Amino acid sequence: MDWQALALSLQLASATALVLLPLAIWLARWLAWSSARGRSALEALILLPLVLPPTVLGYYLLLGFGGESMLGQLYHALSGRTLVFSFDGLLAASLIFNLPFAVQPMQRAFAAIPREIREAAWVSGLSRWQTFLRIELPLAWPGVAAALALCFAHTLGEFGVVLMVGGSLPGETKTIAIAIYDQAQAFNDSAAASMSAFLLGLSFVAVLLVSRLGRRRAGRWD
Amino acid sequence: MGLSAHIEQSAPIPLAADIVCKGGELLALVGPSGSGKSTLLRCLAGLHRPTSGHVVCGEETWFDPRRGIDLPPQQRRVGFVFQHYALFPHLTALANVMLASADVPANERARRARHWLARANLEGFDHRRPDELSGGQQQRVALARALAREPRVLLLDEPFSAVDRVTRRKLLNQLIDLRRSLAIPIVLVTHDLEEATLLADRMTVLHRGRTLQTATPEEMLARPASALVARLTDQPNLFVGKVVYQSRATDTTVIDWLGHSLNATYHADFTPGEAVCWVIPEAGVVLVREHQLERENTLYALVSERLAWRGHATVTARVGKQREAALTFAIGASVAMRRSIVPGAVVALQLQKAAIRLLPADAAAGAPATVDRVDSCYPRSLPGEPTAPRARRSSE
Repeated sequence: MDWQALALSLQLASATALVLLPLAIWLARWLAWSSARGRSALEALILLPLVLPPTVLGYYLLLGFGGESMLGQLYHALSGRTLVFSFDGLLAASLIFNLPFAVQPMQRAFAAIPREIREAAWVSGLSRWQTFLRIELPLAWPGVAAALALCFAHTLGEFGVVLMVGGSLPGETKTIAIAIYDQAQAFNDSAAASMSAFLLGLSFVAVLLVSRLGRRRAGRWD
Repeated sequence: MGLSAHIEQSAPIPLAADIVCKGGELLALVGPSGSGKSTLLRCLAGLHRPTSGHVVCGEETWFDPRRGIDLPPQQRRVGFVFQHYALFPHLTALANVMLASADVPANERARRARHWLARANLEGFDHRRPDELSGGQQQRVALARALAREPRVLLLDEPFSAVDRVTRRKLLNQLIDLRRSLAIPIVLVTHDLEEATLLADRMTVLHRGRTLQTATPEEMLARPASALVARLTDQPNLFVGKVVYQSRATDTTVIDWLGHSLNATYHADFTPGEAVCWVIPEAGVVLVREHQLERENTLYALVSERLAWRGHATVTARVGKQREAALTFAIGASVAMRRSIVPGAVVALQLQKAAIRLLPADAAAGAPATVDRVDSCYPRSLPGEPTAPRARRSSE
């Protein structure tokens, strides 16, 4: 077991889930309730990482984050670090490729809250912020939790994008999925097997959690 | 402290409506589905922003775009009971009601919530969640929540539509009791005329977003402003006739209806030969005995239907051979039994002169009287029988 790679993966997955939480909630609410023009286009854009081959997404992120790119140069000027082949770049890439996994379940959860419930909160005197905290979030939390579980598990297992953007720098960008690949390439079957089994178990728990939370949400509105 | 509003918009639902409701008064907004009743209520609550108009409650202006005023729902202090109650499903009945008085100190909040739950006869249900309550109980929690807000206006959006008939009657009685103690304006949206008549001090009829008439329920039935209002308030005795004679001296306008001459109270607006709609409330149709046949406006009719319910019978009787010309009237069920008023029986009916209301024939459509347009103020056709050919025959 490559503990360093595992720790890095857990760090990346936690950071992704934490950063995505407010961003995805905001996006999901907007997508669930807005009828503004451009909503469908934004929704399609968010879903794009689901259908793009990871290497294609990774390639474009590599271009977008590279030292020649505006974003890469800006980041270098601000932090003195590069986005590609660094943990920061990996986190940025992770946020992008996890966006559909975070937004979709949350969007479904918020869309399931009847408009009248939110309106009842407003006429009861609750501000928009109070309505969010006391009504919307408690009702949508199974969807929010499911989204976080999905993102966490997906980040641990992501390979293509991580390899393209981060490479395989131990302690910086070498995640557990890359470590498994390295061990398999080096014919170190027992290490690859134990790490794979760990990821398999974790993914199963995450999917189980998502499914149970989904059922709970469905039951609430029956 | 009253509520007055003028609401206008052209889309998504065209609205041009005026509402006035005094403190302590219950105003029912009635009209068919899609007439804009609920949208109007949402405009009052600040949940929908119309294009123009105003909403004024007491001294406070809630909406006036010319002055840049548009208070959010949180600042309007309305109690709103939604059609499907919109209770917060994750909170207990007590927490639902407490949430509506968030501006009150915490210890006072629970006391006040319990008070309103008790007023709604919901003692002992504090800790039940909405899915553990019956439809009627949910409605009462919604009403308690609306009142716990200490509203300046109470808005009820078809609050009885989602409960069964027995529960509805109980809830209606409770609301009748409760409203006696409320000094605020209450606006009730309903498509149930019986409900409106039972509860409302006045009712406003809406059609395609326009307010057609505001009057007490009795006045609305006795003196509808137009044939359209009569139709929308489900008046069964709405027909077309032709003015034959006008006499100011005898206070009489004589109309011809299917060959019968009927005397109505003098109405100067019509000229002889002109087609008119006429309406008579069920109470204006009186069953007469053989020796009373000489009475004014008395004619024979063939009973086609008798519906009895709790001591009352609603009888429909056709006049002569005209199947579409069916008069509806109400009598005690025991009278109906005693006098053998059953389908097939012939009865003599008097149409009381003062109860006959003459209305412009084209008012229903707001257009010059054409046969098709006048169609809307003809009685409903019998199943499978179009009304238009008869309308033509009658108006010729």
